[in-house]
Amino acid sequence: MDRRDAKAMIERRDEQPRRKPKASLDEARLRQQAIGVKLRQMFDEVVNEPVPDEFLEILRRADSRDSGGE
Amino acid sequence: MDPQKPDGGADPAREKAFKRELVGLIPHLRAFARTLTGDPTAADDLAQDALMKAWDARASYQMGTNMKAWTFMILRNQFYSEKRRSWRQTQLDQEAAERTLVAIDDPSAPVALDELRLGLAMLPAEQREALVLVGAGGFAYEEAAEICRCAVGTVKSRVSRARRALQAILETGAYDRDGKSAGDAMRSILADAERLSTVR
Repeated sequence: MDRRDAKAMIERRDEQPRRKPKASLDEARLRQQAIGVKLRQMFDEVVNEPVPDEFLEILRRADSRDSGGE
Repeated sequence: MDPQKPDGGADPAREKAFKRELVGLIPHLRAFARTLTGDPTAADDLAQDALMKAWDARASYQMGTNMKAWTFMILRNQFYSEKRRSWRQTQLDQEAAERTLVAIDDPSAPVALDELRLGLAMLPAEQREALVLVGAGGFAYEEAAEICRCAVGTVKSRVSRARRALQAILETGAYDRDGKSAGDAMRSILADAERLSTVR
């Protein structure tokens, strides 16, 4: 009986390394996807901010400069 | 500062089209600058300089080509030439990270994004920009390679190293923030991603 338990334990231990790499690979992929989602969210958050007026002012100034304001 | 006039005067229709497209890119330039500097004020200064440079260089832009990549290249060049000029070069990343830390003291800010920002700030600059361009900016590896002036294979390896490093930072909580237990960031990022995917 003891021996069978020991055998079962060894078998169980043998199974684990075979299953683990796949599970952790899926897990890693999941984590990378989650990071990717967050990364895009972080970027889009700034993209969706209203553009400060100074930016458009730069182009307005450039325009009047170019059309020969002097 | 004399603006460079295109030969034989500017074509008003072309100028108008150029300007319209350039204005549409301002939000993206701001976002890219934010990831490079990590500091909103410095980022807007950088993006404004890049905008001015892009406008002044409009004669050299070929209409119909990828203007987003072209302006990102200008912004990136501007960032690195300013960085080179600065004698505090090595301190910049650290300072930006510290300012970010102060900025995120806002308790209403979403946690996972803060951690991601901090983790991103810890990556080497060339890995960070590669990951941002491909992972968030929507650029193909080839376009990112053009923007960063390196080989496509170099971009690919930088992106994959950046991904691995960022994950490791988020999992171990190696970013510089007190009172957070390791693994919290990754957990909240996973939870958020799940929530976002069920909403859509």
